[in-house]
Amino acid sequence: MTDYTLSESDNTQVKAGSAITLGQGGARQSSAIRKGWHKLRRRPGALIGACILLIFIAVAILAPVIAPMDPLEISSNRRAAPSAEHWLGTDELGRDVLSRLIYGTRVSLRVGLVAIGIALTFGSVLGVIAGFVGGWIDSLIMRLTDIMLAFPGILLAIAVVAVLGPSLFNVMIAVGIESIPAYVRTARGSTLSIKEMEYVTGARTIGGTPLRIVFRYILPNVAAPLIVLATIGVAGSILSAAGLSYLGLGAQPPTAEWGAMLSSARNFVRDAWWMATFPGIAIMLIVLSLNLFGDGLRDILDPRMRN
Amino acid sequence: MGSFILRRIVLVIPVMLGVSIAAFLMSHLVPGDPVSVMLGERATAEDVARLREELGFNDPLIVQYTRYIGGVVQGDLGRSIRSGQPVLDEILERLPSTAALTLSAVVIAAVVGIFLGVIAAMSGGGWADSLIMGFAMLGISMPTFWSGILLILFFGLYLGWFPIAGQGPMALVLPTVTLAAPASAVLARITRSSILEVVGLEYIQTARSKGLTERLIVVRHVLRNALIPVITIIGLQFGGLMAGSVIVESVFTRPGLGRYTITAIQSRDFPQIQGIVLVVAAIYVLVNLAVDILYAVIDPRIRYGR
Repeated sequence: MTDYTLSESDNTQVKAGSAITLGQGGARQSSAIRKGWHKLRRRPGALIGACILLIFIAVAILAPVIAPMDPLEISSNRRAAPSAEHWLGTDELGRDVLSRLIYGTRVSLRVGLVAIGIALTFGSVLGVIAGFVGGWIDSLIMRLTDIMLAFPGILLAIAVVAVLGPSLFNVMIAVGIESIPAYVRTARGSTLSIKEMEYVTGARTIGGTPLRIVFRYILPNVAAPLIVLATIGVAGSILSAAGLSYLGLGAQPPTAEWGAMLSSARNFVRDAWWMATFPGIAIMLIVLSLNLFGDGLRDILDPRMRN
Repeated sequence: MGSFILRRIVLVIPVMLGVSIAAFLMSHLVPGDPVSVMLGERATAEDVARLREELGFNDPLIVQYTRYIGGVVQGDLGRSIRSGQPVLDEILERLPSTAALTLSAVVIAAVVGIFLGVIAAMSGGGWADSLIMGFAMLGISMPTFWSGILLILFFGLYLGWFPIAGQGPMALVLPTVTLAAPASAVLARITRSSILEVVGLEYIQTARSKGLTERLIVVRHVLRNALIPVITIIGLQFGGLMAGSVIVESVFTRPGLGRYTITAIQSRDFPQIQGIVLVVAAIYVLVNLAVDILYAVIDPRIRYGR
């Protein structure tokens, strides 16, 4: 994650509390969501996280409307300090930092969502298959997961980018692949415990097909821990992707991307502090909001943590 | 005990084989013709044919892999396309700098993380708990390539206390702090929740009813058990920090494995990339093996359990 994502460490907690039952199947799901919302409202941290996140989403959607300038427009006004004209200053090519930050929101959110979309899809499908089918298929999937976990932190993503070549698109794939093992393990663990529940045995006795059992009973109950993992996972993948772009392996110039902006700011750190300060604040805020929201979500969805 | 260690060591073999296959396949999974990609756009057809022959790309995959793993076992990770030097020598030359950074960060992260976690747990929801957990949340959310730049700005340029580049112990301070910060935040959180879990157990209540002081209970009974899971996390963090040093080395322009990796990827020097992937994964797997064995020594339940 990068390297140090929440998911890596707090995994154990999610895994340990994997016998999560939101309700017996989908019927009571909506009332569970309503109850969850009430609990969320009583958690200031999670609520603040949700608010910041909503602001970022709004900024991403409205970027063309609210950005004062074209994020790629070069001017002779290079490395200008923050002023009334350029609220957050300009960069080494005279581009407006604020406008680049606003457009960068789109890049970061997209990267985070696509990467975790990849991980969530492949990870939960493989994990549910491993847990539900068992036998040699389970062993095979888990051994492959073990091998992926032998590449620590951001190394797996770096290796994937090395193969596919540096680009923002490949970074999404790389970070997605890097995140898969956590979802496999969580989905498998939950499936294993839910499989033994009485209502699943019941469904089996009345002749439910395996496919029906998976979609009707397993998936709705596996969803809760996976959603928690995914929320925190988006935070981690935004960090990883920005890190790869910082290293020059992701977004290529002139794309307005926060990690890449920090990378060029590093060269002018002596006389243009604003170039390095604001993109970092943006990354930290978006990651913080997702972590806060994810933490609150876990408290709500994980009964073990409920006190 | 011996049989546990043996079983655990045997488990490492399939993982390492898998890692070596993954590293081997990297150069073959490159979209398009890997050899032309390695040589770049200006390469002639003869160049491509020569390198193809040199790398043994004309043989069947299984033959190539057997040759590759045969070399790896003997410490031959191939030669760099760019420099022509043996990859292992190049890696070993840069490893000490990266190892110094990683190890110092692991130590700092463990000491600071456990200390803060204990304080937070003992203050039980008080202001110190909130403050430390708040900082931990920030630490986890802060990208190292930003916190590193901030440290350079403040302690390097503004106060001038530490050099912002170069080698030596003083030059190691800022990169270590940068790398250790998020890891110590993670460890503080884990330590705190682990302690809170143990405190609820029966034997702690027994200790309390015996009239032991709170401090003695924490030191003698709580920490001993609460720190067991923390050790595993430190082992996992080690790998994350070694990989994370790629970014921190880049921020502080330190010559180590990190910068080597980046130039290797940019010039698409696959023998170098494969070598790095293999070496780092191997170190990580071995460290975790050591942690698991240590774990079994500390906690007999692991040995005699399943």
